[in-house]
Amino acid sequence: MSKLSRRQMIGAGLGISGLAAAAKLATRYGLVPPDSGGLYGPGETLTYATQRLLTRHSLAREFDRSQVSKHPFANPVDPLGDAFQRSQTGGFTEWRVTVDGMVANPASFSVADLRLMPARSQITSVQCEEGWNYIAEWIGVPLAHVLDAVGALPQARYVVYRSFQPDWWESMDMADALHPQTIVAYGMNGGELPVGFGGPLRLRVPRQLGYKSVKYIVRLTVTDNLKKFGKGLGSSSPEGGYAWYAGI
Amino acid sequence: MGKDLKGPPSLAGLMYNPQMADSPTSRVSIPRHALLVRATHWISAAAFAALLVTGIEILISHPRFYWGEAGNVRMTPLFQFPVPSSRSSVPTGYRYVLPDQNGWSRYLHFQSAWLVVLTGLLYVAWGMAAGHFRGNLVPKRGSVSWDAIAAHLRFRRPGPEEAWVYNPVQRIAYLLVIFVLFPLVVWTGLAMSPGFVSALPAAVTLLGGQQSARTLHLFVSAVLVLFALVHVAMVILAGFRCRVGAMITGRAASSMEDA
Repeated sequence: MSKLSRRQMIGAGLGISGLAAAAKLATRYGLVPPDSGGLYGPGETLTYATQRLLTRHSLAREFDRSQVSKHPFANPVDPLGDAFQRSQTGGFTEWRVTVDGMVANPASFSVADLRLMPARSQITSVQCEEGWNYIAEWIGVPLAHVLDAVGALPQARYVVYRSFQPDWWESMDMADALHPQTIVAYGMNGGELPVGFGGPLRLRVPRQLGYKSVKYIVRLTVTDNLKKFGKGLGSSSPEGGYAWYAGI
Repeated sequence: MGKDLKGPPSLAGLMYNPQMADSPTSRVSIPRHALLVRATHWISAAAFAALLVTGIEILISHPRFYWGEAGNVRMTPLFQFPVPSSRSSVPTGYRYVLPDQNGWSRYLHFQSAWLVVLTGLLYVAWGMAAGHFRGNLVPKRGSVSWDAIAAHLRFRRPGPEEAWVYNPVQRIAYLLVIFVLFPLVVWTGLAMSPGFVSALPAAVTLLGGQQSARTLHLFVSAVLVLFALVHVAMVILAGFRCRVGAMITGRAASSMEDA
């Protein structure tokens, strides 16, 4: 075994300090995902940082109306319970989505309130991490508009969103939250959003896999720190072993 | 300071070079594989194994394959593997559902993909700079014959001279893996990423759609697995210990033909 030369020592030193500097920069510019600790942190960080640097403003693919799937499929969900049933029987008129956290004017909106806001319609693919997908037309209000309406503070970095179903919650960074295709959807394929597909309200994040498009949205929380939520990994997905960032 | 002016060692110095054969005092062996080739070979082999295992895990959550842009259990598949699934929503004919392993499988699949892509880029950059492809892998003019290919395909035991240089069929196979199959498997993989294709939609439309990309990813992976199986079979046929030894130590003992 040969001794380390001075050149190798200096090289290794530069390499380590270079990595440390890169890590610091990455954290500062929001390129490190909340589940970056642990065995698979390096791969997750590389994926998230690369996609954020290269695809921050890119648009998810939109399709022609002729490409809309005649046979969409939605994974079944756990029983939604009596309270949901009652809400459904009442036509979801009592359904509210609360927007709180780092906002100037916390508020709660009914489905009708959201329908009065500017609508966006888009034909996008819902892609499940299992490998299947379907294409549908989604109608809803851009999340950016909702955040604007409540006055999200400039230091906001993430939006945490919760389902009516307990323990089903996700979060996304502001690049996705303010993205024009991120919508709070209330309609699908020209009609109301069916319960099986997440009705009355589903968050659609078309640049990420389906599990980021949480069904039955009841609460949006704007924050600058994901550590305060759950186990601090960003969402319930990493707590169940799945990646927080699902742009892949 | 003056004596330090000889400059960095040339990359070409890492190449296989018969003149670098050992002095007579040491065990008779000659350099076979450069350090960079050995390191990238084993890192890629480990990453490939991880990608294969996790790829199969991910596949069984939906062992149906489609063509075009969309596909799900309510649509007719192109084909379906006759295996049980890790999801109860998939009709398989089996009465049980396998445990869900997709979480860690996906984490490890993508981390291994990063590892093998970065390793591959390093290898190709070095191979170009050091003349590795030109010198060791591009078949020599007139060396590729149907006889040679037929002999290889019959798993003929490699001759002793093949311990030092790659035979023509081997060269073509390695070049195909490095410059065709590997880029294809990366491309078809990236074409399934909704984030990636938002920036580069042509990556998926050129392949015929999201589900076509997934099906092609499977096909290219299958060819890579076939290559790996033949590769290991040929190594065993040629003498497992000495060939694997050469890829670890970089040296091939001169008595290799007896191994």
